Amino acid sequence: MTVTLFIPCFIDALFPRAGISMVQILERLGHRVVVPEAITCCGQPPFNSGYWDEARAVAAKVLPQLANADAIVIGSGSCGAMLKVFYPQLFEKTPQAGLAKQISERTWEFSDFLVNKLGVTDLGANFPHKVTFHDGCHGLRELNLKKQPRALLANVKGLQLVEMSEAETCCGFGGTFSAKFPMISTAMGDVKCASATETSAEYIVSNDSSCLMHLQGLLSRQGNPLKTIHLAEVLNQK
Amino acid sequence: MTFVSQFLKQARVMTSDLRHRRIIRTALGNYEIVRDKRKAAFQNWQSARQLAAETKWEAVNHLDQYLEELVAKLEARGTKVHWASNSAQAREIILQIVTEKKARSVIKSKTMTSEEIHLNDALEHAGLNVVESDLGEFIVQLRHETPYHIVFPSMHLTRDEISELFQRELGSAATNDPEELTMIARDALRKKYITADIGITGANFAIAETGMISITENEGNARLTAALPKTVISLLGIEKILPKLDDLALFLPMLATMGAGQALTAYNTMYGGPRQPGETDGPEEWHVVLLDNHRTELLADAEQRDALQCIRCGACLNVCPIFRNVGGHAYGTTYSGPIGSVITPHLRGLHDWKHLSNASSLCGACTETCPVKIDLHHHLLQNRRNAAQEKPSASEQTTYKLFAFAANRPKLWNFGRKVARLFQPLQKPVKGTALDPAKAWTQTRDLPPLAKESFKDWWKKRK
Repeated sequence: MTVTLFIPCFIDALFPRAGISMVQILERLGHRVVVPEAITCCGQPPFNSGYWDEARAVAAKVLPQLANADAIVIGSGSCGAMLKVFYPQLFEKTPQAGLAKQISERTWEFSDFLVNKLGVTDLGANFPHKVTFHDGCHGLRELNLKKQPRALLANVKGLQLVEMSEAETCCGFGGTFSAKFPMISTAMGDVKCASATETSAEYIVSNDSSCLMHLQGLLSRQGNPLKTIHLAEVLNQK
Repeated sequence: MTFVSQFLKQARVMTSDLRHRRIIRTALGNYEIVRDKRKAAFQNWQSARQLAAETKWEAVNHLDQYLEELVAKLEARGTKVHWASNSAQAREIILQIVTEKKARSVIKSKTMTSEEIHLNDALEHAGLNVVESDLGEFIVQLRHETPYHIVFPSMHLTRDEISELFQRELGSAATNDPEELTMIARDALRKKYITADIGITGANFAIAETGMISITENEGNARLTAALPKTVISLLGIEKILPKLDDLALFLPMLATMGAGQALTAYNTMYGGPRQPGETDGPEEWHVVLLDNHRTELLADAEQRDALQCIRCGACLNVCPIFRNVGGHAYGTTYSGPIGSVITPHLRGLHDWKHLSNASSLCGACTETCPVKIDLHHHLLQNRRNAAQEKPSASEQTTYKLFAFAANRPKLWNFGRKVARLFQPLQKPVKGTALDPAKAWTQTRDLPPLAKESFKDWWKKRK
């Protein structure tokens, strides 16, 4: 199958290893990976701030890039939700409504694609560490991702998953929210970090780099040795 | 001070109050345990939610018919019904009744709607003695505070703080025993019921089919408020309608479950109006004040109409990470938490209250928990869109126009990334200070370094 990989701006600029891991995993599974290089961003920042015209301007350039894709895979619950859930709303009653709907139907978050589209849960990965999983809110509540990442982690050799009590609590990132209301965002992040620390895990794993950027930012600043890592990177460890 | 700067100030104060955050977290942690236990007692919680949502949706969509039915039934048994378009009218109606009765004292059971119209201030201003009879409300009234939470008005206070308050205000002895504290309040309150000329209640539900006001409570105070005074006034928003009496079979346990983790609230009463001929007790006069106060505007909003389904259980507040970290008072509104952030712009103006819709990570925990399936977090997103359409912020709009301009030019975007990477080391010495352009982030968090080789660099090279 030809898989069109959507690389979110975060992964491109800050966490390329997550993207590289996805390419390598998909290719190892025998799929052809294409990356539309003209895509920069899904348009979520203006969308979530209420500037839908500006969001539409960005998203309108994304749509034709994905028009012929059979399967669009995104390594982020958040950008995944933007394409899958919010594009149809954003383009409602516009000439691109049909295309937005088509793209929505063909879009998969990475772990969901592996588990529910390809039916793969064992990638032969090896990651001998104690980890805890952070459910990114968009992935959890917009895309219903809960079992998929755990099914994949269950088959990683040496990996021990310890659930934290606040696994489903928001990390406090929330895009521009983190800069508009930094005190609330930080307080929320502290709750999450404390819960993750309680598990005595070495890593917080998630399928959303933006949440991990927020958590890693807090952990590093506070001198907490707990590290963050994208699910795809864990699944690509040999 | 504008509402937004007030909110920001309060949010700063409250998020740095670790003691307060711990109190709320503990209280709501206990709530979650009992709530989940009660939810599990439903045969199928998700279908119960679906049925509740459909029932309220039906009520809201045929509000005109159900209100007429309710009023006809209420009037048939002698209740006087008043319609109030806004807060001022509602206050006026109530003041007029109070004046006609030459009343001097008023006893109230818990009603958030009276908070919404600032009734206590108006009554006190008119020279009346007003006493809140719900224990939590009584406590915050003694502190001259508004309720902290729509269901738990004094959840932010410890028993010691309440004891100190009672010692100061009621001259009682020091104790932190909950039962003793309750008895102190009860002693003070019992006298008030007997002397009160007027009782004022709210309503949890108004049953159209039978013309009844349903009130659910744990202390028996609402029963006394509605039974002892000669005149009773019930103030309720027009959205409190339930079509049928049978609907209570679902809504009473659901409200108790989500409100306080109870199977049923201790006292559930249906009030049918004043004393009927041949009856020996009950109030001589009963008034029902039906309040609109912008609810019909929300009704006209096809996108957000479902917000009128709210049964004020407070469940969305309890799971909201914003509420849990800033607390109820920071909002500066009658209704706080997610539902407050959704409806306050409709009740009090989008421009003044849009910041509450921005003060959300859109995590959706509220929508997930809401027993009547209000699409809360998506409504926050819609409020943001409506605010940007109505009155865009010049700086934000320019930022996003530039953002869109750059995002649509991959070469420019990539160039921008490379420039930002060159400049990133310069940010280090000023990290988190006023000179740091990213200080909103870096005051409490480190920024990750931009990768030397971006994903797309790697991809190109590889090809």
